[in-house]
Amino acid sequence: MYKVKVYITLRESVLDPQGAAVQQSLHSLTYNEVSDVRVGKYIELTIKDTDRDLDQLVKEMCEKLLANTVIEAYRYDVEEVITQ
Amino acid sequence: MKFAVIVFPGSNCDVDMYHAIKDALGEEVEYVWHSTDNLDQYDGILLPGGFSYGDYLRSGAIARFSNVMAEVVKAAQAGKPVLGVCNGFQILLEAGLLPGAMRRNEGLKFICRNVALKVENNQSMFTTGYELNETITIPVAHGEGNYYCDNETLAELKRNNRILFTYDGENPNGSLEQIAGITNEQGNVLGMMPHPERAVDSLLGSKDGLKIFQSIVKNWRESHVITA
Repeated sequence: MYKVKVYITLRESVLDPQGAAVQQSLHSLTYNEVSDVRVGKYIELTIKDTDRDLDQLVKEMCEKLLANTVIEAYRYDVEEVITQ
Repeated sequence: MKFAVIVFPGSNCDVDMYHAIKDALGEEVEYVWHSTDNLDQYDGILLPGGFSYGDYLRSGAIARFSNVMAEVVKAAQAGKPVLGVCNGFQILLEAGLLPGAMRRNEGLKFICRNVALKVENNQSMFTTGYELNETITIPVAHGEGNYYCDNETLAELKRNNRILFTYDGENPNGSLEQIAGITNEQGNVLGMMPHPERAVDSLLGSKDGLKIFQSIVKNWRESHVITA
């Protein structure tokens, strides 16, 4: 079994209105060191053992549904879960 | 002419759309549930606004995989008029029937009010009832109407006059180049954030949206009805 952690953010070239608002708020809390904020999504997938190529599967899921690649970038980590 | 109003779980402008077609336009219309797998009997397809599947993940992302969407793609390829309003527009973007994507409104607020639109192209099957550069008033109601596409796509949209409506004057949501509505390359699929179905009677503040539906019918009749 695997645990896949998918991170989705707006692409660098796309302005993030939520991130900008959060940054402004952090500045008003005097955290002026913050120079950029990007708000994204975090998705956890639990995947059963499979004969199919895991990387390929996760990429397909990201491209088809989880992320909209017109405006979003994604990356993911795979962890193997040892079950008894 | 017979229209289908596609209803997804979470659609909430379906009744307005039905009313606009039946009572204001005076054409045939039926509600069609998203699980339907045949749209052959309909001449025009309408995707109404709302919050299909609660806007989970992204607006339109889940609705785009509904059973009916394969049929909507088929209707689009067959040249039938397909109109997506608000959430309907977002679904068409997610389905790849129209290019680009929606971001959160620049001001982060949900905007619900009348806006002025400029008719940028009156040669499409949706806009022949308008004058070129005419200013019309139609309400918007959305939190994610901030249209985005890459430069290449934008150049293509402009080159082929695929931008039908822009926000006139103030940009309410930060949309790229004030874009409010675009068509596909063939010109038979229109997505727009403003709600023409809510502007079909002066009693409700404006009837400027009615001409979109009238244009569809007029152009459809001209190409489908054989006069003796």
